[in-house]
Amino acid sequence: MKKPANLKGKSNPLPGFGLTLGVTLFFLSVIVLIPFAGLALRTSQLSWADFWRLATTERALAAYRLTFLASFSAAVANAIFGTLLAWVLARYEFPGRRLLDAMVDFPFALPTAVAGLTLANLFAANGWLGRFLVPLGIKGAYTPLGVVIALTFVGMPFVVRTLQPVLENLEREVEEAAATLGASRLRTFAQVILPSLLPAITTGFALAFARAIGEYGSIVFISGNLPFKTEIAPYLIVMRLEEYDYTGAIALAVVLLVFSFILLGIINLLEQWTSRFQH
Amino acid sequence: MSIELKNVTKAFGPVPAVNQVTFSVKEGELMALLGPSGGGKTTVLRMIAGLEMPTAGDIFIRGRRVNELPVQERNIGFVFQSYALFKNMTVAKNIAFGLKIKKWKRPDILSRVEELLKLFGLEGLEKRYPHQLSGGQRQRVAIARALAPKPSVLLLDEPFGAVDAKIRQELREWLVTLHHDLNVTTIFVTHDQEEAMEVSNRIVIFSRGNLEQIGTPREVYEQPANEFVARFIGVMNVLDTVVSGGVARIGEMQFPAHDQPEGCLLRIGFRPYAVQISTDLALFPYRAILRHTFFLGIMLRLELELPSGLILRSRMTKEDYAQLGLEDGRAISFQIRNYRVLARESAGLPTEKELSYQLPPTIGEHI
Amino acid sequence: MASPIKTRLRAARNPSRRSTEESPVVKWLLISIALAFCLVFLLLPLLNVFAQAFAKGWRYYLESLYTPDAWAAIRLTLLVAAISVPVNVVFGVAASWAIAKFNFRGKSLLITLIDLPFSVSPVVAGLMFVVLFGLQGFFGKWLDEHNLKIIFAVPGIVLATVFITFPFVARELIPVMQATGAEQEQAALTLGANGWQTFWHVTLPSVKWGLLYGVILCTARAMGEFGAVSVVSGHITGQTDTMPLHVEKLYNEFNGPAAFAVASLLALLALLTLILKSLLEWKEARDLARAQQPAPPDSKAKPQMPARETTR
Repeated sequence: MKKPANLKGKSNPLPGFGLTLGVTLFFLSVIVLIPFAGLALRTSQLSWADFWRLATTERALAAYRLTFLASFSAAVANAIFGTLLAWVLARYEFPGRRLLDAMVDFPFALPTAVAGLTLANLFAANGWLGRFLVPLGIKGAYTPLGVVIALTFVGMPFVVRTLQPVLENLEREVEEAAATLGASRLRTFAQVILPSLLPAITTGFALAFARAIGEYGSIVFISGNLPFKTEIAPYLIVMRLEEYDYTGAIALAVVLLVFSFILLGIINLLEQWTSRFQH
Repeated sequence: MSIELKNVTKAFGPVPAVNQVTFSVKEGELMALLGPSGGGKTTVLRMIAGLEMPTAGDIFIRGRRVNELPVQERNIGFVFQSYALFKNMTVAKNIAFGLKIKKWKRPDILSRVEELLKLFGLEGLEKRYPHQLSGGQRQRVAIARALAPKPSVLLLDEPFGAVDAKIRQELREWLVTLHHDLNVTTIFVTHDQEEAMEVSNRIVIFSRGNLEQIGTPREVYEQPANEFVARFIGVMNVLDTVVSGGVARIGEMQFPAHDQPEGCLLRIGFRPYAVQISTDLALFPYRAILRHTFFLGIMLRLELELPSGLILRSRMTKEDYAQLGLEDGRAISFQIRNYRVLARESAGLPTEKELSYQLPPTIGEHI
Repeated sequence: MASPIKTRLRAARNPSRRSTEESPVVKWLLISIALAFCLVFLLLPLLNVFAQAFAKGWRYYLESLYTPDAWAAIRLTLLVAAISVPVNVVFGVAASWAIAKFNFRGKSLLITLIDLPFSVSPVVAGLMFVVLFGLQGFFGKWLDEHNLKIIFAVPGIVLATVFITFPFVARELIPVMQATGAEQEQAALTLGANGWQTFWHVTLPSVKWGLLYGVILCTARAMGEFGAVSVVSGHITGQTDTMPLHVEKLYNEFNGPAAFAVASLLALLALLTLILKSLLEWKEARDLARAQQPAPPDSKAKPQMPARETTR
């Protein structure tokens, strides 16, 4: 057990360091580290050629493509509508604002299976939205568009919740200064406000993107899971497992994990960037 | 002896924050630990409390070595600078906390809390939460809470730092009265020399982790042990002179220095009250112009400019000022009644920058 | 560019408008778009859950909930939450105490590791436990020999749920514990309190809202988790189906109203979560405002009279 080091000057006379760190490390090992180690060990038993073959089958490539493109589209939609929502929530006073503010977290609170179920039903040909959209040629259920819709729903709170505090802390004086210098409101927004919001928007975008890459529950209901068409990578992993093809599942999982970790690294950098912009 | 420190050193990393400090506090004493910020005085206080462990040396409380004794068992009362009141507890519960921990009986707790509320003028506030109290009230609750379990020593970290100047004076007087009534050994930390002089029986002066001097307020003022103490306590005129022909000179000022080698540098200091002024230009050896008069209540501070451009500070009462008929711009003569040699250097005196402390802005004018 | 006269006219029409506000037209347009978006993407899905659940009437709704399989799913979901939430609380409190109150090497690494489950796809999370405990897994053979089942059984579901919800409580507690600082705890120590007493009387009351917040989020996620649980459960009806898994099964059996009936319970849970969360946020904001409001002025060093509020 490590001792509480006097690294930062004051030592702490509080007891309980050894106990709490011990409990922490125990749970961390059992729940997180050992499973990760198991996966890493199993992966290392694969030869590189096998891994490459399993991870890059035609079906897998199609699944990656859909996962990636749908996640990206959903994250873009979230960046646009999330910015709008955050702006409206932070800047305007209108009836129902607090309700709207609370509702933004609804996608986080709603189990993903329920989200997928109800969205699939809404966009189906006889659903509340589908009965208007399908005749127009907009098919939400069992299409790649459905995947985008589900991912947009699931990732919606990210941009709003990252951007909102930044908007609330924005100094009004800067905008006033721009106004006194003769800038129009639109110009002020485009050249003064937006640049300082960009780090937060990008962070929210990356968070929504990362969440979408791994999302499973909401999509299985709405996408129809047709190989090469509407099958996402996590679903393919489940398929492989149901075929007892462990190695195939592991290869796909490792690709997803690597991608998630790269995104995690980018998000950490973005968050540093964001906090630099806030004082 | 209530508390004794023997060669206590505390190091955070390579530089000792407290260096080989030895002093003792008598039973019932009211002791001030004084020094500029970063001087190590708070660390000393926290070591006595057991919140920090000394790197070397021994600490004794009532003759018992307490180095290894955890903070809970030292029977001390500690008042934090920020008061650290329990936000989730009422005033009464804050005060009762230590008693509950020590498993006092309920009626005893109630009567002790009531007694303290009364003693501290907190009656009627017992059901309030800390955020509903004023700064002065919070401080009194913090002291009451610390005193409730009848500690053998009361330790206060910058007790007046967080209250505004107006009530600070009242609180000081109140602390002196309290100490007089309870007679509990008390040590408090302050960076305000005026506060230390006014409140304490004795002062321990720290700078950069070193103990510079221990003494009564009068001793440290009149017989400062070194230049640091001399300049930290009260106001001092400081002149860097050069010795030539047995006389230390700067500008027109001269001080006898028979036994000093030629070319040697002497730093000379004298208190403003040692500068004696007359409007009779022939009476005293030096001439100056009264540049500016600062009114500081009953005392006045006078700024004198010598023909060479040297600026000296003097002080006198309003009555003397009126009697002499002084006004700004008036020519005067003056003499130095007594002075001290603060430092001596044959190669060159340490510059202001090299000295190990910063001086507080002009404070303690009426001491 | 607008001509000066036009600008002046506009200003005259709108004398109260600040220079840093959009025109009312723009403002209400933006608000309308936001409201429309939330209507379609938040409110409609929610209303649809209940509309579909009651599509065949009250009776059918209640009947679909009263089936033994639905009951088993509800019981299992509650059981999983009842195990994984306390585990998370113990871990979260321990981790936040160590991280917020002490300095040690490797602290930021520890925080990153605690956050790790957030960035792992639920399916991959489930897979990791299959790799460890499944029949072909590392401990699979040993478990089989000893007649122990983790995968396709309740322990696997609990493990996967704890993994998915791992960071929730710790994440909420670390910042609030850091914010309260160490001085109140040190004050308790100087008054003779030991570690447990200090934690119980001083630390816990000051972080209780943060803890509750974490528990609420953790509970909602534990009961609603689908992907990770789906991989490890084995979908044995009446035994290893949680509520979300049961929803899927009913949906795949083309029993829409029954699927929505179970889903409506989960939607209610989500609404409850939102309400509790908003209440807590509101309470926290009020506490913060109260803590930041300036102290009442000192009238005198020694107040003689009890103030009016306290005598009432």
